[in-house]
Amino acid sequence: MELQTLTYMVVGATFALYIGIAIWARAGSTKEFYVAGGGVHPVANGMATAADWMSAASFISMAGLIAFMGYGGSVFLMGWTGGYVLLAMLLAPYLRKFGKFTVPEFIGDRYYSKAARIVAVLCLIIASVTYVIGQMKGIGVAFSRFLEVDYNVGLSIGMGIVFFYAVMGGMKGITYTQIAQYCVLILAYTIPAIFISLNLTGNPFPQLGLGGTMAGSDVFLLDRLDQVLRDTGFAEYTTNVRLSLTNMFMYTMSLMIGTAGLPHVIIRFFTVPKVKDARSSAGWALVFIALLYTTAPSVAAMARLNLMSTIEPTPGEYMVYDERPQWIKNWEQTGLLGFEDKNGDGRIQYTPDAATNEMTKVDRDIMVLANPEIAQLPNWVIALVAAGGLAAALSTAAGLLLAISSAISHDLLKGVFKPDITEKQELRASRLAMAGAIGVAGYLGFNPPDFAAGTVALAFGLAASSIFPALMMGIFSKRMNKEGAIAGMIAGIGVTLFYVFQHKGIMFVPSTAFLGSMPENWFLGIEPNAFGAVGAIFNFAVAFIVARLTAAPPEHIQHLVEDIRVPAGAGTAVAH
Amino acid sequence: MSKNASYWTANLRLVAVCMVIWFVCSYLFGIVLVEPLNNIRLGGYKLGFWFAQQGSIYVFVALIFFYANRMGKLDREHNVEEE
Repeated sequence: MELQTLTYMVVGATFALYIGIAIWARAGSTKEFYVAGGGVHPVANGMATAADWMSAASFISMAGLIAFMGYGGSVFLMGWTGGYVLLAMLLAPYLRKFGKFTVPEFIGDRYYSKAARIVAVLCLIIASVTYVIGQMKGIGVAFSRFLEVDYNVGLSIGMGIVFFYAVMGGMKGITYTQIAQYCVLILAYTIPAIFISLNLTGNPFPQLGLGGTMAGSDVFLLDRLDQVLRDTGFAEYTTNVRLSLTNMFMYTMSLMIGTAGLPHVIIRFFTVPKVKDARSSAGWALVFIALLYTTAPSVAAMARLNLMSTIEPTPGEYMVYDERPQWIKNWEQTGLLGFEDKNGDGRIQYTPDAATNEMTKVDRDIMVLANPEIAQLPNWVIALVAAGGLAAALSTAAGLLLAISSAISHDLLKGVFKPDITEKQELRASRLAMAGAIGVAGYLGFNPPDFAAGTVALAFGLAASSIFPALMMGIFSKRMNKEGAIAGMIAGIGVTLFYVFQHKGIMFVPSTAFLGSMPENWFLGIEPNAFGAVGAIFNFAVAFIVARLTAAPPEHIQHLVEDIRVPAGAGTAVAH
Repeated sequence: MSKNASYWTANLRLVAVCMVIWFVCSYLFGIVLVEPLNNIRLGGYKLGFWFAQQGSIYVFVALIFFYANRMGKLDREHNVEEE
């Protein structure tokens, strides 16, 4: 069957499944809309959290980035998994014990202050909208390829689908749909990886294949890859450091702390029945995430190797442009892959030197989607990957939009400005907020600040510098007061935003970057994507100094902190 | 209250141990010491590279379940379990 038709069928069937589940579980009351009645089993919750968590950045973008960064791409692998350790040990069980709906609600109560709650809402919205921009980039890439249209058209269609999808169901719809989405996305990721690993190394486990030898030879795959790259003048794959080890350290730290500071993930742990389930739920989530994350490095290295041998089938003999394979023609249509025959020899030279390199544009975000085509896998595998990429992007976008809309309708409207609002009005406000967020993120997605995973890394930096320190200090320091927490959040996100905007442009519009993205102006050589860790340190420092200089929190708050530290007496998640 | 205080101290001690392991297997083995460790091979993997792209993730998973399990024990010992 033709690829296009097959893709429509597979994508259509999975969508029908998700929408079917969403309708079946259609949210009735506000409580169900936000937390699914607090009765989700830890394994099921772990699986849904994994789907929620693994976005277009993980599925579509990450392996492609690693393919071109080599060892330097490790920051994503460690950063996006190690955060779960922080989450399980420092936040999840305590927030579950506290037993409310949203992250700003905890901050507002713990710091006995509406101002703290509003600041938390603003930080949450800034981080989440940035995150959704990254998803939109991924969705745009996927749709543009499979509908064979330009990236911008693909993005517009994607926005419409995300809107319809997120507004339909609340958390409950999302929890069960996300379990279905996890299954689709993990199959879609691992099946092609297994095929490719078998092709190249003869080992069906990609994790082992990556450390194994090339099929029918005793050369290790990674040594072969290093060799090929050295010969064409590129940096060696396994030792290619991203800027500097300091930068990699901070980048990893920023992603880890951000993981534990992102509201749409934290909110997941409000939905388990017990405190002890919150701990193991984080573990289960990471098991399901690790399935993809330990496969990704193999996908990356093998995709790079396959790409190199497509462009240069035998050493010194480059691909003839007119004989290029179909997948290249397909991606050229989207505007995300481009060639320019600079020396007019009809062949495509691919080199690290900008003057002679003729593969002038290769958007990293196309690699995972193109990978099965490059490896000449059967059409149904390619169709499955399309469905998986969309599942990843949609599930995360929906979870984030829910976090944004609940922050606006529940925390701002009901919690602060209009406490007498009815449930119906609250639901309507939250749906309006979702539409607004999709519009803004989609609009900024036409001109994204980075590849999908890079944009998402920025969002993590923003969450790391604002939300995580406030939550952690709220649990681990009885002395932390509202003045300290508010000053810390503002200082942390302020310094991070300032650093990001001065290099990437205000609201990521490149022409407004007042320092340009110039490495020589980077603080300690740390790139903007990695700056969240510095912001977080700044947040902690400012908060401690301010708290020292101001009055201790009132008695009942200190009791509240003591209370959330022990599991006994946790009820189900409750409304006010 | 003192019963809860000793529970909290035990918890903090456990968290500290876990955080050290977390730090060593990712930041130390995967980044800071990557170059010396790369001289050791694990099949086709250089060891530092393996920690950065595979090993650290396995350790994280094990670490969370270890923590959850030990905390469950602490909850029972200090009698602070949920009903």
